[in-house]
Amino acid sequence: MSAPRNTDLPRIVVTGTGWVTPLGHDIEGVWKRLLNAESGMAPIKRFDARTFPTTFAAEVTDYDVAGFVKDVKVHATAGLNSQFALGSASQAWKQAGFDVVPPRNPRRVGLYLGAGEGVLDVENYVGSNIDAWDPAANAVDGVKWAKAALGRMTPAREIEQEPNMPLAHLAREFNLRGPAYNCLTACAASTQAIGEAFSILRRGDADVMMAGGTHTMIHLFGVTGFNRLTALSERKDDPAEASRPFSLDRGGFVMGEGSGMIILETLEHADARGATPLAEITGYGSSCDAYRITDIQPDGRGAAVAMDAALVQAGIDPRAHDAQGRPPIQYISAHGTGTKENDSIETRAVKRVFGDIAKEIPMSSIKSMMGHLIAAAGSVEFITCVLAIRDGIVPPTRNLTTPDPELDLDYVPNTARRVPVDVCISNNFGFGGQNDSLVVRRFVR
Amino acid sequence: MARQTRRVVITGTGTVTPFGLGISALWSALCEGKSSIGPCRTFDFSGFPTPFVAQIADELFDVKAVVPKSHRKATKVMSRDIELAVGAATEAINHAKIITKSHEQESVTIPPGRFGCHIGAGLIAAEENELTGALASARGADGKFDIGRWGSEGIKNLTPLWMLKYLPNMLACHVTIIHDCQGPSNTITCAEASSLLSIGESMRVIGRGDADACISGGAESKTNLMGMMRQHYAKRLAATTPGEDPTRVVRPYAPDAKGCVPGEGGGLLVLEAMDAAAARGAVPLAELAGFGASQSFCPDTLGVDPEADGQGIVDAIEAALADAGMSPDAIDAIIPFGMGVTLVDAAERAAIHTVFGARAAQIPIITLTPAIGNCGAGNGAIAAAVAVRCLTEQRLPARINTVGAVGLDANACVTRAAKLNAILVFTPSLGGQNAAAIIRSIA
Repeated sequence: MSAPRNTDLPRIVVTGTGWVTPLGHDIEGVWKRLLNAESGMAPIKRFDARTFPTTFAAEVTDYDVAGFVKDVKVHATAGLNSQFALGSASQAWKQAGFDVVPPRNPRRVGLYLGAGEGVLDVENYVGSNIDAWDPAANAVDGVKWAKAALGRMTPAREIEQEPNMPLAHLAREFNLRGPAYNCLTACAASTQAIGEAFSILRRGDADVMMAGGTHTMIHLFGVTGFNRLTALSERKDDPAEASRPFSLDRGGFVMGEGSGMIILETLEHADARGATPLAEITGYGSSCDAYRITDIQPDGRGAAVAMDAALVQAGIDPRAHDAQGRPPIQYISAHGTGTKENDSIETRAVKRVFGDIAKEIPMSSIKSMMGHLIAAAGSVEFITCVLAIRDGIVPPTRNLTTPDPELDLDYVPNTARRVPVDVCISNNFGFGGQNDSLVVRRFVR
Repeated sequence: MARQTRRVVITGTGTVTPFGLGISALWSALCEGKSSIGPCRTFDFSGFPTPFVAQIADELFDVKAVVPKSHRKATKVMSRDIELAVGAATEAINHAKIITKSHEQESVTIPPGRFGCHIGAGLIAAEENELTGALASARGADGKFDIGRWGSEGIKNLTPLWMLKYLPNMLACHVTIIHDCQGPSNTITCAEASSLLSIGESMRVIGRGDADACISGGAESKTNLMGMMRQHYAKRLAATTPGEDPTRVVRPYAPDAKGCVPGEGGGLLVLEAMDAAAARGAVPLAELAGFGASQSFCPDTLGVDPEADGQGIVDAIEAALADAGMSPDAIDAIIPFGMGVTLVDAAERAAIHTVFGARAAQIPIITLTPAIGNCGAGNGAIAAAVAVRCLTEQRLPARINTVGAVGLDANACVTRAAKLNAILVFTPSLGGQNAAAIIRSIA
């Protein structure tokens, strides 16, 4: 009973991009490192992880938010996630030209983020809990806890942990007053955020949307949680070798951190102010596995439904070559976490959607180089698609040294490849079953 | 200009509140002027400015009783917030007379691929006893936490699925599995505005044709140590004195308002395309006629103190009115957040005056926080469920505690019959996001 598709919907274009990643904090520098198959992984410096099952991650280094904001005092209490978001957003804002001529009506400028929660004040939280622990009762003593916590914890640090705080910082910095949302669908969050921002623009509820994600889980409880789920790589050799998407010897993902942000606007709005479209979003699909708490639906049904929906919306037949005899899309930015389960199921899902053509489409995972940015993963991967279209080159999957006989797609092993790219699909799938896909294409008038 | 899309109706409402499972329990309590606020049952909170919370008693809600047998084992990995969402979802589904996978029958009412789910969530607090027990196992000789011992030994004392209790999207994860909702699903995390924003997103998803029905709303429990702490630090907590009557603490819009208390609750609606509901022969309870969202420009960056003139709230309400194609004159009652925090109350009051002008003081305000406290991401959806009930009963519930409210019809009063066609529900949030929805009688 689906409603008829409206073909005269407004066109939505990308006019700004920015990112803060473990490989750097500027679009061109990071892009170059991705194309060179460099790795951002190293032993964890943020906290002492030496005895944990996983001791490494891809951390953002040498980053100072002060270089990106008008007045750093306004963001004095910002947690790492908000600091990353301010950096990526400010790049995108600038590229869109809004630093010179801000949007005329802030109420028509909205914000949709897939931002993760802030980092717990681990030292004082753990300290308060231990101080208040009553071993005889096997319980925390509430009165003692209140005394300890009130003495140790600070208001801003606590409030900054709310997942909507990056929204608050960005709204403040850029004077955004339109529809504002934060979604947190685990690893799918920022793809979903971009998709919903696109939908808000298509419906006419805003003229401009800032969209993207930001996250860090490189902290005691983040590593603990993923280690307990056995989702992280626990390799003991060079961390740069640890993230091995689609390789037979893959053993889990490597945590990254950072933020990707884009400016989306209606083509009409972009044209009216003379902005240059970098790419166009033409399709967004979202689905839910509704399968199990811990596992992905094994035949890739949910992921395939999301991709199919995005392709239908974009008017692309996945089973037919394009007019030039190429596959209907020329690059897939894979979720490609490097876990056994994800990479197998994602491969199955892509085959379900594209049939025999699947093998002709280059599909790579930049998580092999910058790790898994969790809620922010989709935002940086989306930007990679925009750059692949611009430059006609797709980034590689690093560390793909041992092909898995069951995984028989073209994963662009180890070396970037020059190939004309006009249309990409960017996939992300979250723990908990949410699947999101975006179709992004070269802007042609 | 917003585009015409499919109309969306509400066919079921489900709530879990300190008055128990189901909207009827909440409705009766509201009409009788009851408050559920009292001492915390799980921790002694007397070390905080108030020991009071609005908490759900175990005897009133047991999640095991509402999940199908196939999902009973999974209740072990449910945080309190997840339990509330699961309970509210089951209530809403049954209220809507929808058969889902949970009923273990041959056929289901809504095709799974056309069934979406949008559940707002908060920052879920870890179960302190479970986590601290594990942390305490990694103390060094000095009695202090030793991170080295934690990494090598302590973490093994946490159940492998520990983190899955606390990811905000696990509310939707459990609900979508139980009811087999394979359509678009999202988890909005914008503090108190989360559930109304979720309802708005469901409305858009149905409107653009990506689903025919959605389970939509939010749930959160703030009646835990970190919830209490953060409410205190965000200047939301009422300070009380020993011997004070807990049921009289929260007084929205009163000159002597002194704050709120943490609550816990979930509210979920079943939203359906009007055409899809008609096709299955459902009788809608009300129409979700309009929705709007906005961001405030708050005096402090974190949005702890609201925008004094409530302009962001005005923007959200005006967007919702425009979306519904209604004038402010058509609104018969308002359910604001009304948390009893002076600055937040003042911003809401200013916004109501800006939108409704001379009528502002005549429109009945419905206040919920004196009865159920601040249920975080659950607030807006619980309010929406109450609005639906007001329309179907043609009745306003009682108000309690507030005396001398200036400029609004918000003083304590008994329940009364009222002619109601359209109710405005809105929530601002800590952080500055605002959402507004208009719920209208089925003509």
